[in-house]
Amino acid sequence: MSTDAHTELIRAAVASPAAGGATGTRRAAMTTDDHGDPRTRFKRPTAWRLTAVELRKTVDTRAGRWLLIAAAAIAVAVGIARGLTGDVADRTFAGALELTLLPFGILLPVMGILLMTGEWSQRTALATYALVPERRRITAAKVRAGLLIGLAAAVASVGAAAIGNAAGIAAGDADGSWALSASDVGQALAAQELNLLMGLGFGLLLVSPALAIVAYFALPTVFSILGEMISSLDDATRWIAPNEVFDPLTTASASGDDWARIAVCSALWIVLPLVVGSIRTHRREVK
Amino acid sequence: MCGGGPDGTVRSMIHVEHLTKRYGGHTAVDDVSFACEPGTVTGFLGPNGAGKSTTMRMLCGLALPTSGTATVLGVPYAELPNPGREIGVLLDASAQHAGRTGHEVLTLAARTLGVPDRRVGELLDTVGLAGARARRRVGDYSLGMRQRLGLAHALLGDPRVIVLDEPANGLDPEGIYWMRGVLRDFADRGGTVLLSSHLLHEVEAVADRLVVIANGRIVADGDKDELLAAAGVLARATDRAALRRALADAGLPSTTTTDGAQLVEGDAEAVGHAALRAGVVLTELRPADSGGLEQMFLSLTGRGSTDQMEDAA
Repeated sequence: MSTDAHTELIRAAVASPAAGGATGTRRAAMTTDDHGDPRTRFKRPTAWRLTAVELRKTVDTRAGRWLLIAAAAIAVAVGIARGLTGDVADRTFAGALELTLLPFGILLPVMGILLMTGEWSQRTALATYALVPERRRITAAKVRAGLLIGLAAAVASVGAAAIGNAAGIAAGDADGSWALSASDVGQALAAQELNLLMGLGFGLLLVSPALAIVAYFALPTVFSILGEMISSLDDATRWIAPNEVFDPLTTASASGDDWARIAVCSALWIVLPLVVGSIRTHRREVK
Repeated sequence: MCGGGPDGTVRSMIHVEHLTKRYGGHTAVDDVSFACEPGTVTGFLGPNGAGKSTTMRMLCGLALPTSGTATVLGVPYAELPNPGREIGVLLDASAQHAGRTGHEVLTLAARTLGVPDRRVGELLDTVGLAGARARRRVGDYSLGMRQRLGLAHALLGDPRVIVLDEPANGLDPEGIYWMRGVLRDFADRGGTVLLSSHLLHEVEAVADRLVVIANGRIVADGDKDELLAAAGVLARATDRAALRRALADAGLPSTTTTDGAQLVEGDAEAVGHAALRAGVVLTELRPADSGGLEQMFLSLTGRGSTDQMEDAA
């Protein structure tokens, strides 16, 4: 509709206020329905509603969409590569899954960082927190959205591995075993979600996407190197270096002591950044 | 039409009381108080950096006041369960994700507010962004288009109060005229509008009330017509120097405007008598209106003094 038409519309609306006006609102006179307490008149958005909005935010820009499409495409490609190449004995469903998890394992934490930092780096915080003043609810919705995407990514990894194994069987030169234990899948999912949560925590704490991405990839490596160079730190790194601690999950071999180490390491690298970051976000002035 | 409860009292939709914000040693907002009533448009005027945006951010719960309170419909903003249904906010039209389309920006807000998706189409239509423009990314929008999108965003929840920070920035003259119509219409149907600007002429055509802020302090607050009346008269004479002397002799304070007229604190009759006594030929003598208000605005905000206005209001 042209602006001229609007000008006419407004003139008409001003001439006869009963016509409903130009703002498309149905409220005839805003002060006549003052009944009800503004604290209870409208319901706050539900947690599920906020989660759905955050999920939508991860795919409604080209960058977000292509990040996920690229991860899925790479997963299918490496799944097929596993089915067709390498040791024949490794050309199995489980063997393919180990590889198809990788692209998501690397890209999903980046997506998590962007999900958390986006409100500030894209300046949407102004609109978001004006609509939902309880900022912790937005943070919680982002965590839930991230976990759901991690779950979807695990399903996509399994799917890509199935395509790869099927391709190997079709080519006729593969072991082609479909054997896969629930524990394998569970540990793979846990690894995916922990990496993603760590990305979310770093994004929430550090606010700047570039800083958070660099820190996410560099800090764990720094810890590993320190552990190798300084033998007295060896005991500590076995508990707090995420690369080493989370590694058993990626090979689906976590057991006993490993879980205790995973819990300690998660508290340090995931829970702490999320808690401190949440407090910071809550207090931060939105500009 | 203009608001009011059954007993004739008007409830303030926006109430700001003794609001103060300090950043370290710098006081950005200093003991600011004002109220906005239903059915009115309040112009919040002040030069850049006077504290308008900071005041509005505190009103909307986006910045914590050092002291003082701000309420919307009698409730602190952050305690409104779904604030977008009560108060529409446009604080910075450029603060949107450049990668989202106009339609998508409104859809996200509609989902958060819990209003039906068809509201998105209705509002895009209202602000003139329907069709292909709605499918373009906000990064490709002009500032004027972002202002239109921001207004649609503010109106999406069908609120009874709207707060707009510099909404005329980037709009072309026709767009400014259009926005005035929308705001006037909103207020005439009982809504409450608070809009800020650093330019007087942008708001004087639509505002009923003016709140002027300078250096973080309120320097004028009142009915626009009263403020205009208090702005004095404008006099012009063939002999400018003689007119200035005549006015000074008559004890009428005056200032010279940029185009050579005298802006006088006093009424037309007093100026006429002064001119007659001095034998000065007047070529113009009329209420100063916005010209006077502009001068007053400049002098008030320039000095940040409250003295003059307390007399006037």
